[in-house]
Amino acid sequence: MIGLNGAGVRRGERWIFRRLDLQLGPGRCLAVLGPNGRGKTTLIRALAGLLPLAEGERSAPKEIGYVAQSIGDSVPYRCLDVVVMGRARRIGLFGSPSRADYRAAEHALAQVDGLRFADRFFNRLSGGERQIVMLARALVTGAEVLILDEPASALDLANQALLLSVLHQLRADGRHAILFSTHLPQHALCIADEALLMLGVEEHLQGAADTVMTEANLARLYGIPIHRARVAGTVEAVVPVFLDWPGTARS
Amino acid sequence: MTASSAADFRDGATAHAAATNRSWLLVAMAAALVAMMVVALCAGRFSVAPGTALRIIAAQILPGGLEADWSSLQERIVLLVRMPRVLMAAACGAGLALCGAALQGVFRNPLVSPHILGVSSGASLGGAVAILLGVSGAGLVGLSFLAGAAALLLVGLLARIDGRSGVVTVVLTGVVVSALFSALVSMAQFLADPDSSLPAIVFWLMGSFAAAGWRQTLLAAPVILAGGLVIWAMRFRINLLSLGEDDARMLGVRVERDRWLIFAAVALVEATVVSFSGVIGWVGLVVPHFARLLVGSDHRILIPASALMGGAYLLLIDTIARTATTAEIPLGVLTAIVGAPIFALLLRQRQKQEMGE
Repeated sequence: MIGLNGAGVRRGERWIFRRLDLQLGPGRCLAVLGPNGRGKTTLIRALAGLLPLAEGERSAPKEIGYVAQSIGDSVPYRCLDVVVMGRARRIGLFGSPSRADYRAAEHALAQVDGLRFADRFFNRLSGGERQIVMLARALVTGAEVLILDEPASALDLANQALLLSVLHQLRADGRHAILFSTHLPQHALCIADEALLMLGVEEHLQGAADTVMTEANLARLYGIPIHRARVAGTVEAVVPVFLDWPGTARS
Repeated sequence: MTASSAADFRDGATAHAAATNRSWLLVAMAAALVAMMVVALCAGRFSVAPGTALRIIAAQILPGGLEADWSSLQERIVLLVRMPRVLMAAACGAGLALCGAALQGVFRNPLVSPHILGVSSGASLGGAVAILLGVSGAGLVGLSFLAGAAALLLVGLLARIDGRSGVVTVVLTGVVVSALFSALVSMAQFLADPDSSLPAIVFWLMGSFAAAGWRQTLLAAPVILAGGLVIWAMRFRINLLSLGEDDARMLGVRVERDRWLIFAAVALVEATVVSFSGVIGWVGLVVPHFARLLVGSDHRILIPASALMGGAYLLLIDTIARTATTAEIPLGVLTAIVGAPIFALLLRQRQKQEMGE
């Protein structure tokens, strides 16, 4: 459905990543993990077709639902009017959205539990609320590929749960291929079938999320010790060790 | 309450209505424009009562005509002198304001005015050269229009790198091209005869509707209307373009093509306005801000609102220009004198609003 074959992107002389292969079909979800500056956003933008590849090939459908990492403060429209813009492909050059388009936009907002934002102005929402509205806009495009750049970066815990359940539901429906980048390995373990760890410019670890994201691999990726644990019997937890010196113990 | 979540699910129709519930504001603005037209028809050194002016016009429109209780002088003044000028001023004001609103959206920058594309400097140069060569009338208009279009073409060619042109590049190129053409206008003034062509160039550049008769109005208004209609038809596109390049592209907008389509329409309007009436600044900058304050930023309503307000505003300015003193005050001077303080107040107002939030 969407894929890269031996892909690489270069800024001037410096390669951001290269020799990257990736295939994702409908009903599958892939999480991209990597430290800051390793090229997650570059990869996401290349996948979306916003950046040209310096090598390799990209295959992708024309329509992609895309949620950027940060969405400007300068969008002074009502949220419903923002979401309805997702229908742009169905609206002609000289057209305006119809009632049906607005109904679809309300549907998409309802899907992400965001109807309460409909009449509020997009530029007055918090970052997390904006991400939820943007997800609704990506859904209303009807695209079968969804690409999300750190969709949970500004969300509180409850909204993280909401986002994950929306994505999980979409994946379960089997129509969408979903690709997202994240700094939270636990999100990947929650909903992703596959994980892509960007270890270096040419070094990528890719495979079933559960098997790729071992303690050793994650520690290598982020450079700090990371534990995986099963909490309360069912919850897969990823616990980074932020402070590790004697004396922090409570006893 | 039923358990169904559909209970708080609003019908698409209500949302649609919410988007257009400000249409009464448009009606009010249209009414203000018409009222301003009547005032402009009546005001002047030879004033005509509003009732008389309206009956003179009605007599032309109604098939049976009306019994004339007015003098032929009054009729000539209303129909032949003021009417074409009123229509011209309204059309130019509407065109400039609508172009300003569209460009501010496309460039995502509220400080942009139609002059940013270099079109008005180009058209000024065309007009100045025409006057220098002793060409007037249709020749002046034609040359000015062509030079305006050439300026846009030049901006387009210079701003295009690898088949794409970024918004900032277009603005910067527009500034460069404007500067070049302004310098050439100065050169034309330097070369002009200080007794005849120099004052002609200077007055023409300052803008005036004094030359607007039916012939000019019937030539200019349809062109302005055509450009304005294209922009109005693309009002939702402008919303999309105002999201920024990446977002618009991902939503399926052919950003480059749509943007240049709007630029071309703007150039058509701007070149027409300049070639018929000289350079009239500030309207395209100030009026959209005012309109935004009243109706919000959604271009589906902002574009028509700007057009209506721009028409009324320039009519008001033109009426002041020709009634305040015995000699006509140049329009460009008045729009700046009135526009600059209004703009400063608007900016302060907005800043206060934003800080209060």
